[in-house]
Formats: sequence, C-alpha cells, structure tokens
Amino acid sequence: MTVSPEQQKSLYRHLLLTRLLEERMVSLYRQGKMTGGLYRCLGQEATAVGTAFALEEGDVLVPLIRDLGAVLVRGARPVDVLRQVTARADGPSRGRDAFLHFCLPDKGLYSGIAMLGTAVSVVAGMVFADRFLGKRTVGMTYLGEGGTSTGAFHEGINLAAVQKLPLVVVLEYNRFSYSTPSEMQCAAATLADKAAGYGVASAIVDGNDALAVVAAARRAVAHAREGNGPFLLECKTYRRKGHAEHDGQHYVDAEELAEWSRRDPIARFEREMEAAGVMDAAARAAVHTELDAELDAAVAEAESSPTPVPDPEFRGVRADEEDVVRRRRETFAGGLA
Amino acid sequence: MSGHPGGETSYVDAIRIALGEEMERDGRVILMGEDIGVYGGAFKATAGLLERFGPQRVVDTPVVEEAIVGAAIGAALRGLRPVVEMQFFDFAARAFDMITNFAAKHRYRTGLGVPIVIRGPSGGGVHAGPFHSQSPEGYYARTPGLAVVAPSTAADARGLLKAAIRDEDPVLFLEHKLLYRRAKGVLPEGDGVVPIGKAAVRREGRHLTIVTYGAMVPLALDGAAALAKEGAEAEVVDLRTLLPLDEEAVLDSVRKTARCLVLHEDARTLGIGAEVAATLAEKAFEWLDAPVVRVTAPDTPVPFAPALEAAYLPGLSTLIAAARKIAAY
Repeated sequence: MTVSPEQQKSLYRHLLLTRLLEERMVSLYRQGKMTGGLYRCLGQEATAVGTAFALEEGDVLVPLIRDLGAVLVRGARPVDVLRQVTARADGPSRGRDAFLHFCLPDKGLYSGIAMLGTAVSVVAGMVFADRFLGKRTVGMTYLGEGGTSTGAFHEGINLAAVQKLPLVVVLEYNRFSYSTPSEMQCAAATLADKAAGYGVASAIVDGNDALAVVAAARRAVAHAREGNGPFLLECKTYRRKGHAEHDGQHYVDAEELAEWSRRDPIARFEREMEAAGVMDAAARAAVHTELDAELDAAVAEAESSPTPVPDPEFRGVRADEEDVVRRRRETFAGGLA
Repeated sequence: MSGHPGGETSYVDAIRIALGEEMERDGRVILMGEDIGVYGGAFKATAGLLERFGPQRVVDTPVVEEAIVGAAIGAALRGLRPVVEMQFFDFAARAFDMITNFAAKHRYRTGLGVPIVIRGPSGGGVHAGPFHSQSPEGYYARTPGLAVVAPSTAADARGLLKAAIRDEDPVLFLEHKLLYRRAKGVLPEGDGVVPIGKAAVRREGRHLTIVTYGAMVPLALDGAAALAKEGAEAEVVDLRTLLPLDEEAVLDSVRKTARCLVLHEDARTLGIGAEVAATLAEKAFEWLDAPVVRVTAPDTPVPFAPALEAAYLPGLSTLIAAARKIAAY
C-alpha cells in the first residue's frame, strides 16, 4: 500500500497542476475573461487529488465544486476546464453548464448539480448498475460539511448502506460552508461520527497530508470494492479562500487562516519528497516549467475557442423532440413572439 | 394474459403485464420502489414480479423517494433501464429536486440521456384525502426535459408504459388509482406499444371538442352521451400524453367543431387546461366560435370526506352545464 516513487511523482504533478491551473483561472477572472463565479480549492488540493488517486481505471467519480484536483486525476484536461469557465462552444458542456458540471463518461467522470447531497444516491445507483452488470466498480463522490446536512445525503447513504454498495464518500471538512462555520452546520463531534448512524465504516485523515490521504483512500476503496459497503472518509482540511472570489472572508479568523497557510499540503509534500530523495528542487522546478508551458498552451487554446451560437430551435432537451421543435418553429414563425 | 371475463384485462393488470413483458424483452429493465417486491406493491401493480425476476431486478427500498430517483438516474447513466414506483404519485414531491433538476436537465447540459420511468397512482375519488389523491401533472408538465403520460385505458396503460420504458429520456407515468380496477379492456395481440405524444379520439362529434385525460375520460364520454340526446354531438379527445401535448389532434378537432371545453381532475390554475386554452388562442383564434372553457377541480387541496370530495371532483352536471353554455354562445 506504500506510494512508490513513481506514484509520488505523479501525485506531485497532479497537485501542482491543480494549483497552477487554479492560478490561471484567478488571472482570467481578474481580467474579466471568465464567466460566472470562481470557487477556489486553495489548500485542499491533497484531499481531492489524493482520494481520486486511489481509484482504478473503470471506477466512477462525481466531484464537488472544490475537487478540481480529482477531475484532473481522472483525466479531464486543463483545456476542458478552461473552456468551461470561459463558456466556450467546444467545452464539454458546450456552454450549457458551468465549471465542473460536465461528463467524460469514458473516463468514469460524471457531473453533479448545484443541489448538495444529490450526487450520493446518483453514484450509488451507478455502482448498483455496474455490480448488476458484473463489474467491480467503486464510486467516489465528495461533500463538505454543508452537504452532509442535506436530506439527500442522508437518504443516499442510507440506501447505499442497506444495499451494501461500493461507494466511498469523501467528506471534506474544510471548516466553512460559504460563511457558516462547522459548529453551526453540525452538532456531531466529527462528520465521520455520522457513519455509525447508517451502519457504515468511516475514518478520519489529515486532508493536508497527501500520502496519508492516498493511503486512507486506498483502504476505503478496498473496503468498498471487497463488498463491505459504503465508506465515509473524512479529510480534515481548510478552505483558505472565500466561498468564491467575490467573498472576502471577513468572517474568518486571520490567525487561523495564517496557521493553515503554514500547513500547505503541497509545500509539505515537497519537503517529504526531498527528505526521502524522491524529488529535489531541480526536479520540482522542471515539473513546474513543463506545467507552465502546458497551461500556456491550454489557456491560448481556450481563449481562441468559439463562443456558443444560440440554436434557434432550442434542441438537445430530449432525444425524441422533432414534434416539439416543429411546433415551436411554427408558433414563432407566425410572428407571435 | 387476462383473468377477466370477456377476455378483458384491468388497467392495473395491464401495467403488471407491461412490466413483465419489458423485463423479459430487456434484461436491463429493473424495478425500484417501496413494498414492490415481497408485498407486490400497495395496489398490487408489481405482484409476482419478484418471484419471476428475483431481487436484483425487483428492488425493495427504504423510504427514500429522493434517493430512489437519484439511484435510478445513476443506474440509467450506466446502462440499466430503471422503473421507479412512487407508492402514491403525491410522494414524488419528495424527489422533486432529483426529477426536475437532475433528471430533466441532464441531456441538455451533458449530452447524456437518463432513461428512467417514474410511475405510480395519482388522482382522487377514493376518499384518500389531500396527500393520496393529487393530480400532480401541473408541477411536472411544465418542466423541459420530461415527458408526462396519463393513460385512461388498459390497452394504453400497457402500450404507453412500454413506450416509456423504451424512451431514452425521463418519463413520468401517471396512473389513475380509480381506473386500476374500473377500467378494463381487451389488450391487442403482439407488442401493443403506443407512442408517447399522440392523443386518441374516443368519440367523434361535430359540435364541441372535449379535451381530457385520465379518469375524466369516462366522465367525458358519459357527458357526450347525455349531450347527444339534446342534439349536441361532442368529440372526446383523450390526450394520453400531457407533455409533449399533441397540438395537432386538438387543433384538428377544434377546426371541425369551433368550440372547446377542457375537462381535467387537476385544479384549475396553471393546469393542462390553461396550456390547451393558450395554444388554441394562439393557433386557432380564427376557428373558434366560443371561448375555451375549463371544467376542473377548484383551487383547493383534495378533501377527505366523501361529501366534500364529491363536490370537489368535476361531475356530470357541471360538465353538461358548461358544454351547453359553449354550444349556445
């Protein structure tokens, strides 16, 4: 279960890519080139990257808003994400939805919706189907404290537990749901405490310790894959930026924020790799340079991608829609609207 | 195929037959719902299916309406064809978010369809009170991405349920609990699939069009018989599908009769009648000789006491009075 040097280099590459891609999005946002809000994951990269790293090819994943790292680990490209946030016609949702709301089904990557908790039962259904079809797929999805307050979370875990489904739910304890601190979100001592109520397994891990996250996630995934039912993996981390870029975090204690900045997950992993002789400063700099070039190209590609052209027939709602399209055309051809 | 005299099959038996036929035809069709397996369903719509197809395909769930629909969505995305039962369609309100936000919007924003069916008993007339008697089509028939079907006959229940299961996108299948055992008919030989989106003319006439669906179809036919004695020939158009609405069928009839009445058990405001009336105003204004009138339940919850419910549901005298007014306009 140890993370080999090759795997560590891959892990580092994904962590750094997440950080650097997000910095490119911040730049685009400040230049007014992004559409919609920017929901940053600064400081939480090890949670998203480390957990997704534990999955195998063929597994399925639905991310939440701060899981850019998970989406990249599963095979989305930076240009896919950049086209999404700049609302391009050739982004994976073709301009019809935002940010991480897109599917790459060949990579087992599916989309949540804005309503929190809903992905739990949807991913439960995915792995139910895969098990029915004879596969050993594990499904992974994510929630913060806020998401675990929802009825959808409750119903989804309950259904997955009763059906003993191979579902890993990563609970990202990052201290804030928008402006609401965790003690106002939940009265239980830990999110993992909730597992006992459903009869499922759980664990708590330092979400800013990349190697610990990978190890814990691998145990959770193995537990699920071997038919033992759902696993709630609580990752203790911290949201270092506001809910979105417009949120100045005035409700956050400055000293607490500074403390967590000193616990940066990427800086920590760099020190660990250096100490273990896996990657030195020169090796890390080389990865940084390579990723910068990759992101330069991706940003350029996204910025030159076409803007969506509105379809006057408003297609794509249902597969069988010709009658509806024809009627709509006839209604508005008469000049009534 | 049927256990009724005269070779007729009841509406609820026709539903069970359709489920069994589709589950035989396609091994990806599974059922999910509360008390559908061991108990066979609160109205016995799924009786015997657990024994026939096993617990992997007939899944008894906890009381998790929202999660049942969510799980159906996920299973559909991975290749299964889930048919979810809502024990009473009133309870689908608990899954409103999943239905309207997750399922309905999925193809539009991702390109991937969600081939699920959500079926269950709707409607009143059985003294079941405000939470077991609703006609909820108004909430869903205005949601882009859904189809909403409401059969009135046993043959249509079977045929439209098959079409719904074969559809690549979400279909809400509103059965009427009063019709479960009261509506009986001969099921056609062969596949018997009925296309979604096509109305059926149940009775021809040249003086008035009655547009209706569900348990109001028999009432409309009774009304037409009574009106015929007064020399007024009513044409009864059974919509069968509420979304998408078969505009052509309604327009064809109104171009012939020039007068239209919409009859539905749902409350008045923003019901299907409002949509039909607006469509006729836009597309058949030149053809109409009278205003389009809606005969509906009032804008109140469904009451429990038999005396109150009888006054709540549209009745024959109200229907005939409205028809006479339009005929005389």
